Amino acid sequence: MSPTLIPMESATSVALLTLLSIVEAVVGFIVVLFLIFFVAQRARGRIERPLAIVITLGPALLLVLIGLIIPSIETINLSFKNQQFLGQLVTKYIGLENYKTAFTDSYTLQTMLRTLAWLVVVPLFSVGIGLLSALLMDGMKRTSLPKTLIFLPTAISFVGASVIWGYVYNYVEPPAPQTGLLSEVVMKLGWHNPPNWILDVPVNTFLLMVIMIWIQVGFAMVILGAALKAIPEEILESARLEGATGARLFRNIQVPMIMNTIVVVLTTVIITTLKVFDIVFTMTNGNFNTDVLSRQMYADMFVTSQVSQGAALAVIIFILVIPLMAYNVRQLRKEREHG
Amino acid sequence: MTAQTQTTQPGSVDSAIVLKKARKSLSGPIASSAVALIAILWTLPTLGLFINSFRSKEDAATTGWWQFFLHPSFSLSGYRQVLFDNGGMVQPLINSFAITIPATIIPIFIASMAGYALAWMRFKGSDAIFFTLFALQVVPLQMALVPLQQFYHKGLQFYGVTILPAPPVGHGVTGVMAQIWMSHTMFSLPLAVFLIHNFIAQIPGSLIEAAKIDGASDLRIYQSVVLPLSMPAIASFGIFQFLWVWNDLLVAKTFGGSDPAEQPVTARMQSLVGNFGAHQELLAPAGFLSIVVPLIVFLSLQRYFVRGLMAGSVKG
Repeated sequence: MSPTLIPMESATSVALLTLLSIVEAVVGFIVVLFLIFFVAQRARGRIERPLAIVITLGPALLLVLIGLIIPSIETINLSFKNQQFLGQLVTKYIGLENYKTAFTDSYTLQTMLRTLAWLVVVPLFSVGIGLLSALLMDGMKRTSLPKTLIFLPTAISFVGASVIWGYVYNYVEPPAPQTGLLSEVVMKLGWHNPPNWILDVPVNTFLLMVIMIWIQVGFAMVILGAALKAIPEEILESARLEGATGARLFRNIQVPMIMNTIVVVLTTVIITTLKVFDIVFTMTNGNFNTDVLSRQMYADMFVTSQVSQGAALAVIIFILVIPLMAYNVRQLRKEREHG
Repeated sequence: MTAQTQTTQPGSVDSAIVLKKARKSLSGPIASSAVALIAILWTLPTLGLFINSFRSKEDAATTGWWQFFLHPSFSLSGYRQVLFDNGGMVQPLINSFAITIPATIIPIFIASMAGYALAWMRFKGSDAIFFTLFALQVVPLQMALVPLQQFYHKGLQFYGVTILPAPPVGHGVTGVMAQIWMSHTMFSLPLAVFLIHNFIAQIPGSLIEAAKIDGASDLRIYQSVVLPLSMPAIASFGIFQFLWVWNDLLVAKTFGGSDPAEQPVTARMQSLVGNFGAHQELLAPAGFLSIVVPLIVFLSLQRYFVRGLMAGSVKG
């Protein structure tokens, strides 16, 4: 046989092995679960209920404990140390040093300010455009096609979106034909020497935000559209009888009625934006003054060997989320009390 | 509210017209064109990728995708290279399935069991557990990455004492895939339990009672009453989770290797993009392949996906 067939064969066998492992994992899990249920159902009497609780609730609690709670505590602990690379044996506590660095180092400070800009711009525009589309479509016929088209980016990965938007932001030195849509459009409109978008500070940061907004608008539109639909007809009608139309109806009736939903969507988009690192990671890898907290944290932890510094950034991200978490818990409490 | 409802009772034909007008306050030709404009703007970028993926290497590298409409050219060489030659997207696609399928199915069982316990087997502290799980939803998974990576290698240790051994995931591709889907399973549980619990809690108590009177045990009730009835919530969560895991890069990068054979599509795409110029011509076909699976899932099951999003964010 020719030697080129050998890698082909091994590639096929790796593929088969991987597929087999899917079946193994899923079937194995279900069989184990079934066996546990089968055995546990023999139990009767006083131990029946406690046993049932342990079996049904135990796996979830154990996994959350191992996967989220303990690691989070460890990360907080790590952020007070001086660990540099993964698996380092000798480390010592250095107090708040990593946090001090985070708030004094000029690069990190810039990163934080830029992250704040993301947290303001992305949610505002996502919810703004989403609300506008929802309002425009409320009461319109045949909206399923535009709705699907606007909603579609929600299903696309941030990496995929970055590739897609690469064909918008591409730049070629002018005499040659442009391959990026943005340059082409602005040049047709009369701007003869547009910048190289992705390298141009601060425009590049806003262009990266556009990708995030592109993904989030559909989510905002769908949720807000449903909330608008849920406004009782009678309320709109009586407002209309009192002369409220168009913008006034929108400002005085519709928006206040769905305020809770707007806040929920805003907080969801804020949290997503705070955590997203894929876009910056893929498009610029944090270069050209585009870095954000979650990207820098990843680099600190896994690229530049400053694990503890990265842990401190992770904790800062966590602290930024806490108020939103507290708000959500309070809302849920309220809902539960009202029935 | 009731007063308003009563005043609208007489002359319901009139009020129906008024009502339509109120609803249509913002529609009309201007609104329609605005909607069309947004929809087109939102579609153009993806359309560009799609068109470029079918253009020849030279065309895609030297001219914009819109030139396709003036000088149509069609080539499958990009796809051929990505799928059959050295483009190497086949194994990443398989890897994505190997990660996404277990990471979607396994949490469904674990979360629906937990949701059932928290909704129908209340005990002292079950509310506290529910709220803790709910709050954990927003904990950035960045908080867990480094320690979890250590856990997979060395087990859970406390001052040098091993409390839990590392999970026996094996080596090579399957070991890496297992680490990734296990992480996704753990990270998904807070949302999954919350979402499915809310649905399970609404199952009529009479159904559960009836099963009890028939002598069914708690576990039996889960199996034969709760699990089948919560299918809508499970479908919603399942689609949400499928898209989330398929599209994830952070977890895949952290626990996956740098070897293309051990990467899912997102990580593979990211390294292609990072290789400035080296495989530029593969970006469009590879990019389209990486988004086509979630797009199909999304388009065919959009209804359930929307329901999941609602339950997750605008409950009540």
